[in-house]
Amino acid sequence: MILLRLAIRSLFSRRFTVGLTVFAIALSVALFLGVEKVRTGARTSFADTISGTDLIVGARTGGVQLLLYSVFRIGNATNNIGWDSYQQIAARPEVDWIVPISLGDSHRGFRVMGTSAEYFARYRYRGGRSLGFAEGAGLEDLFDTVIGADVARDLGYRIGDPIVVSHGLASFTEHDDKPFRVAGILQKTGTPVDRTVIVSLEAISAIHLDWKDGSKSANPLSADAVRALDLAPDSITAAMLGVKSRMQVFRLQRDINEFGAEPLLAILPGVALQELWQIVGVAESALVGVSAMVVTTALLGMAAMIFAGLNERRREMAIFRSVGARPRVILGMLMLEALLIALAGALLGLVLLYLGLVVARPWVDAAFGLYLPLTAPGRFEASWIGVIVLAGGLVGLFPAIRAYRMSLADGMTVRN
Amino acid sequence: MAASETEATNAILMSGVKFAWSGAPRFGMSIAELAVPAGQTVFLLGESGSGKSTLLSLICGINQPEEGRIEIAGQDIVPMKGAARDRFRAEQIGVIFQMFNLLPYTTALDNILLPLRFAPERRRRCPDGRGEALRLAKALGLPAALVERTQAAALSTGQQQRVAVARALIGQPQLIIADEPTSALDANAQAAFLDLLFEQVQQMGATLLLVSHDIRLAERFDRRLDILDIADVRREAT
Ligand SMILES: Nc1ncnc2c1ncn2[C@@H]1O[C@H](COP(=O)(O)OP(=O)(O)OP(=O)(O)O)[C@@H](O)[C@H]1O
Ligand SMILES: [Mg+2]
Repeated sequence: MILLRLAIRSLFSRRFTVGLTVFAIALSVALFLGVEKVRTGARTSFADTISGTDLIVGARTGGVQLLLYSVFRIGNATNNIGWDSYQQIAARPEVDWIVPISLGDSHRGFRVMGTSAEYFARYRYRGGRSLGFAEGAGLEDLFDTVIGADVARDLGYRIGDPIVVSHGLASFTEHDDKPFRVAGILQKTGTPVDRTVIVSLEAISAIHLDWKDGSKSANPLSADAVRALDLAPDSITAAMLGVKSRMQVFRLQRDINEFGAEPLLAILPGVALQELWQIVGVAESALVGVSAMVVTTALLGMAAMIFAGLNERRREMAIFRSVGARPRVILGMLMLEALLIALAGALLGLVLLYLGLVVARPWVDAAFGLYLPLTAPGRFEASWIGVIVLAGGLVGLFPAIRAYRMSLADGMTVRN
Repeated sequence: MAASETEATNAILMSGVKFAWSGAPRFGMSIAELAVPAGQTVFLLGESGSGKSTLLSLICGINQPEEGRIEIAGQDIVPMKGAARDRFRAEQIGVIFQMFNLLPYTTALDNILLPLRFAPERRRRCPDGRGEALRLAKALGLPAALVERTQAAALSTGQQQRVAVARALIGQPQLIIADEPTSALDANAQAAFLDLLFEQVQQMGATLLLVSHDIRLAERFDRRLDILDIADVRREAT
């Protein structure tokens, strides 16, 4: 007991250097655990974005790519699905429901998505939750829009506000002859839906009817004139569908993949997500590796600090030896010191992590649509803190062995 | 050796001891014979660098001779294993250094109690360690509040040396080794310090071996030795 008390008091007497070392370890531990939190947060966030959908259908491309652009609005579709093909698939007996998605336009940095009214009923996220309206209701008029929570918050939109859709994702040509009206604002979901402007599929056709080869025609149709026309689309970007029985998924998938009229691709969202993790996994490991290196650096810094202090503590060790402490006790005391520093650093790191989480959570959510759950530290954190403290003790072995040697060489006559 | 009695009455008995420091210039010493009867107070005189501290390290078993016998309270410490020798020192010997005797970052009380951690016998002799530490401190003129609450580093040099005496004496080891304990003190403090040390040592009936190069302190000791008379010192440049 007295040895533990002495170790703590010795550390306290050097509180500035020790404090800095503890802080360095704490930062590295917070970084390390934070990376892991973000990593798992991102995974659950991605996995939570799509649920209840059995197949996603798009033009033939990579499965991951289809998943990314259809569900996460990341990247662009290179090809579309013909409306005929969509209708043929929709007519298959296995299909319980199907929702078309048409992407390509934007509104002030947010993506515009054309879909059918069924989207609101069918889309599920985070273990089966449905979309809910914070204000207003669904699409009724042709030029109605429903906007996600972030769109409303960032742009300060209320029900009834006008919205002008831009052509393409980053262009200055606007569909300003056909303004939309905000009819509904969705509740926050923590998914890309929050950052989407939803319109009807017909509206997408309507604003593009008088366009030719990607530019506005000289004498555009008026918004009212367009209402009278046939607004069935030529093509859509993708479709989400559910089957009546899960047994039929693979057959339907195979049939779609071998579709005669045009090359199509059907993916199971879960499988595509797995593929995505395999790709992202490399970057993730790199990130975890780098943060582990940072922890190692901090621990080596601690060893360096203990090393640097050894010379002026020779006297202290001679005192220990003179009262009968075995050289092994000196070894142990120095390792104990390293353990205590590492423990303090790890615990402070945990505190920093949670402080950081509380502060950064809303921002991370807003900026990246990444919802980081604030769960109490669990097995994972405990075991890593254990590992880091042990590593600290192990690193402390180096200065401890040096002190051991020094105390043997000095004997009772320390000359300083 | 037939007389185990003579062995037991000698606190220190060295014979045929040879020791050399590694490093350059290489310092070596050999002691043909040195016997200190139990209960004696011995003053060991010598120039700086003559090997006084080295001799004390050998007696304490902190350094090991190349050959010879070093008996403390009748037990030869040379053949002992390291751990046994450390334990033996913890039990039998109280050490006072020249200066910087204390762990600066903790209280005087912790410093006084430290040897008990390594010496179960001494601990058994004073079950109430704290009470005994305070009693010793009081006898040495240190107020309890100072001992319990002040960091050792904040004490004056004289106070620190008295704390060091209390640490050497706690649990009543039978041999007290002091390496120039007064050299950091002024003349008045030196006298007062020696008075207190002698009083306690004699109360305990312990043996005292005190090293100094200040001959003026010598007269109150039972016996005065010059290192050059007992040790053969050699210096080689290697
Ligand atoms: N730890 C050590 N390693 C190597 N050589 C040492 C060591 N300690 C002492 N010596 C050598 O032993 C010789 C005697 O030193 P020692 O400390 O025993 O003398 P001393 O009589 O106690 O001197 P002082 O009065 O200055 O304390 C010195 O020449 C020194 O070089
Ligand atoms: Mg000396």
